[in-house]
Amino acid sequence: MPRQITYREALREGLDEELAHDDNVVIIGEEVAEYNGAYKVTEGLWEKWGDKRLVDAPISEAGFIGMGIGASMLGIRPVMELMFYSFAYVAFDQMMNNAATCRYMSGGLVNCPIVVRGPANGGTNVGATHSHTPENIFANMPGLKVVSPSDAYDAKGLIKSAIRDNDPVYFMESTVLYGQTAEVPSNDELEDGELLVPIGRAKVKREGTDISLIAHGRAVITSLEAAEILAEKHNINAEVVDLRSIRPLDEQTIMESVRKTHRAIYIEENKPFCGVGAQISSMIMEQAFDDLDAPVLRITSADAPAFYSPPIEKLQLPQADEIVERALSIC
Amino acid sequence: MASYLTMPKLSDTMTEGTLVKWLKKEGDTITIDEEVAEVETDKATMTMPSFEEGIIHKIYVPEGAAAPLGATLALVLEEGEEPPADADTPPAGPETKEEEATEEAAPAEDAPAPAAAPAAAAPQPTTKPPKPKAAPVGSSTRPDGERVKASPLARKLAEERGIDISRVRGTGPGGRVVKADLDYLASGGGGGSDLGLVPESKLAGDETVGLSGMRRVIAQRLLESKTTIPHFYLNIEVDTEPLMTLRAKVNEASLANDGPKYTVNDFIMRATVLATCAVPQVNASFAGDEIYQYGDVNLSVAVAIDEGLVTPVIRSAQDKSIKDLAAEIKDLAGRARNKKLAPEEMQDGTITISNLGAYGVVNFDAIINPPQSAILSIGTIKKVPVVDANNQIVPGQRMWIGMSCDHRVIDGAVGAQFLAELQRLIENPLLLVS
Amino acid sequence: MGIKLSENCDSKFQSAYITLLSAPFQHRFIFSHRMAAKTKTSAQTDHKEAAINASLSKEDKLDLLREMVRIRKFEQTSLKHYLNGSIGGFLHLYIGQESVAVGSISLLGDDDHVITAYRDHGHALAVGMGMDECMAEVFGKATGCSKGKGGSMHYFAPDKNYWGGHGIVGGQTPLGAGLAYAVKYQGKKGCCLCYLGDGAINQGAFHEALNLAALWDLPVIYIIENNGYSMGTSQARSSAFPEEGLAARAEGYNMAWDKIDGVSIYEIRAGVQKAVERAHNESKPTLLEIATYRHKGHSVADANAEKYRTKEEIKTYMDKHDPIQFMKDDLIAEGILTEEDFKAMNQEAQKEANDAADFAIKSPFPEESEIFDDIYWEVDNNTEAGRTGRHFFHG
Repeated sequence: MPRQITYREALREGLDEELAHDDNVVIIGEEVAEYNGAYKVTEGLWEKWGDKRLVDAPISEAGFIGMGIGASMLGIRPVMELMFYSFAYVAFDQMMNNAATCRYMSGGLVNCPIVVRGPANGGTNVGATHSHTPENIFANMPGLKVVSPSDAYDAKGLIKSAIRDNDPVYFMESTVLYGQTAEVPSNDELEDGELLVPIGRAKVKREGTDISLIAHGRAVITSLEAAEILAEKHNINAEVVDLRSIRPLDEQTIMESVRKTHRAIYIEENKPFCGVGAQISSMIMEQAFDDLDAPVLRITSADAPAFYSPPIEKLQLPQADEIVERALSIC
Repeated sequence: MASYLTMPKLSDTMTEGTLVKWLKKEGDTITIDEEVAEVETDKATMTMPSFEEGIIHKIYVPEGAAAPLGATLALVLEEGEEPPADADTPPAGPETKEEEATEEAAPAEDAPAPAAAPAAAAPQPTTKPPKPKAAPVGSSTRPDGERVKASPLARKLAEERGIDISRVRGTGPGGRVVKADLDYLASGGGGGSDLGLVPESKLAGDETVGLSGMRRVIAQRLLESKTTIPHFYLNIEVDTEPLMTLRAKVNEASLANDGPKYTVNDFIMRATVLATCAVPQVNASFAGDEIYQYGDVNLSVAVAIDEGLVTPVIRSAQDKSIKDLAAEIKDLAGRARNKKLAPEEMQDGTITISNLGAYGVVNFDAIINPPQSAILSIGTIKKVPVVDANNQIVPGQRMWIGMSCDHRVIDGAVGAQFLAELQRLIENPLLLVS
Repeated sequence: MGIKLSENCDSKFQSAYITLLSAPFQHRFIFSHRMAAKTKTSAQTDHKEAAINASLSKEDKLDLLREMVRIRKFEQTSLKHYLNGSIGGFLHLYIGQESVAVGSISLLGDDDHVITAYRDHGHALAVGMGMDECMAEVFGKATGCSKGKGGSMHYFAPDKNYWGGHGIVGGQTPLGAGLAYAVKYQGKKGCCLCYLGDGAINQGAFHEALNLAALWDLPVIYIIENNGYSMGTSQARSSAFPEEGLAARAEGYNMAWDKIDGVSIYEIRAGVQKAVERAHNESKPTLLEIATYRHKGHSVADANAEKYRTKEEIKTYMDKHDPIQFMKDDLIAEGILTEEDFKAMNQEAQKEANDAADFAIKSPFPEESEIFDDIYWEVDNNTEAGRTGRHFFHG
């Protein structure tokens, strides 16, 4: 029976392997070491690797992320954990100015191989300040890479690639996915002996012919649910494409899918205005206009701050039913 | 070696500066960074440092004068240095600056007087609206002039397959032509016929057609009618089977005696006249403070002609048999088509019939012909399934009659009584010929 | 009580900092008080006798002076070309502050690093960057140290352990902690000098960095180059608790701190050396405040440089607190420099600066094709990762 592990365990395995792979890898963040991680991603790693490799940071995101960026210039490969990606805004100058532009402004003399990872999702009843999804904001900045895995396999493969990447990679996870399991082969089952998923390559999660549901992060899971409903109840065979990486972007896989199905919806838990879907739909319009049989639609979170009350908050996020309804409107 | 003080850029937006005050005079010794003058920029008055060392030999720009960026302000000599021959006049500014200045100056010389310049530059307002662009027929508009809604994919496929997309019926949202519509055509949808296609356009390009007198009157009167008369609309379904049976017999007998062939409309006219006599409130006009009730039924009948529409009048129709009515309308319509009607033959009508049944129109609502208060809209006779007295669905024949009423004169119940009487008469056609 | 180092700091600085002036634009950073209180010679003698200075050869001393003169000539020349329109943007000049960069950087070894803010020309020349590449950068030329991509505020030379050149006030202070973290992580005996202005001490990132440095014993030395003004706002109007001065902020983090008079390069070297030794030997941070003065505006575009400071104040500092003048007088008194030597030194530096300007003027502007270089390491190096996926989204 193939090995099934959770998204959380997959991340942990990836981190553990990279700690072993490169002495310069150090994990820094609030509660990552002795507390075993606010969401238990780093559980057991401090015990295994000790104080030097797992460092509990005080609550000062601008300070410790800026410090990580500085250290990365000298060859350290810091993996910084944000307890919530919402806290990135406290460190915005460091993440947006220093990590993203030092290379350019030095004419290529400097690079910042840093990873900043943490959950970037709403829907967990914690209010607007802790429910931000800033993938579009960071992907807007050339010099940065933004990655958002939707399952355990990609979580492991991408975190390893992110740590080995020589550019800043902002790695956005989801607390809702941490407990979900997927098939992740152990290293001895792999030809290369380890699982590396390249950054910048999308994955077709479900083959289809009638409409492309393109998504990233947890919206991929919602899209897969919608695809099943479309098939069972409406005889519509939807293809589901998981971007996995937002920047760099696998436009080839997107366009191939659209050219096959002639219809596309972008689904994300991000807000609509200048969201990832706005970029993708613009690219589809430019590159696959003559292949479109219907306008490209976008399904996002409601254009409002996250609602605290759980039943309403759920409604703010893309729902499978909503995807089905909108798909039917263009099929 | 002689050097010059030049107007420095003291603010990021400065293009010229005013030399407010010289802090040094001719003959003074200056060093690098020493303040030599106060200069007013677009932002502030600032002191100007020297970038040269030596003795100020000659000042070219007096206090109070403005000078562009880079302009030579003063000549500086080293101690003991002989002044150059041209020391009394400032040298030209740096070459690039001079070129820029020339470029800026040149158009000003060639340009017309400033007042005229904006007018020349602005687009000239035209008295006539621009000629409408010839509507592209084919790919982007329907034969009826509607823009074709088609998905990009459908357009591409149509082009590949040599199909005029403007003729493809769209079944997508909002009537959009989608891939499925083209695939339907390609699969020989509709048995290989042109079912998926809209008939080809016979339209020429846009043109302007002047209004005929008749068109002008139609436009004026019907606009007035529709906008000043409070129309309301009724309609009723009439079983025409008895009428058609009777008409067949009547025509058989009539033709045998070299008599006329009666049209359905002849019977309708007669029925209308009789119904009007039964419910005379419909035969009236609204006249401001009063209602004018007509004593005669002057029946207007709408006749389509090439130029438009005329409504000749059968006067005192209540006194005429179906045979009289048939003969009279035949004469009037014939002369209408030949434009031989006298104006008075189209006046004084009290109620109108408009019949589009010959065109297959099922039902419609005509606009009242003022100053009348009612107009009937006669539709086509159609075979339809009907539920009979035994609750069985059986084949039947039906005709729709609409009635447009002026509510100031006719109330709903009155109109309904009229239509009920009309229905009774048509469904009992012997009453029309007796 | 923390680890305040120079016992004599108190009296010396209090007179300077505690002032009485109520008018908002008046300067509270008056050196003349302390200059009067202590004679130059005695101050000079104290610091000159410190081991790190006592070991300086005659040539070493002349080199220090020459380095300061080079910076000044570079700055004066870049100003000239800004004012004639060849240079645009921001130009934050280091004139008057030369002793800080030259004195402190002269102490560093192979595993020591430097990072600073946007007034970065002096540090760049002090770490050994060439005038040509520096001048060409402000001209926006392809031959600039950052290929014309960074400009005046963003000089980098990783090969000389110089990590910029950062435009956002205080933004470099966590990076400085990070460089020190890396040095320590890699087990090297080194440190990082992280410079900032007096305005930057009020940024949150700076305090976060101080806490991390103290908490994790990072070998970082924060050097506040206190020139008295955050752009046009005097220290009195921007920073609370002026009585103790700015470096005393370190008390809150139980970090060593000291105040140094920047007019004397000897005092700077002596003071910074203690911090460097603390970093090297104990892996401990230090916060230093060096009193200095910029002769020019915040940047050349600072049209009000003479409004928030009086002409008399500026003149006082230029005449009596100019580090170049101070060292020149000292070396002449010591008998190892003559007026003629000094003039020649100036002429040589001026020629070097003029040559650099010529080099910059003659250099080409960058090619348009450069726009998409130097954004991603993986793309620049044409790696598998750099070839995977679309990285740029224009057009």
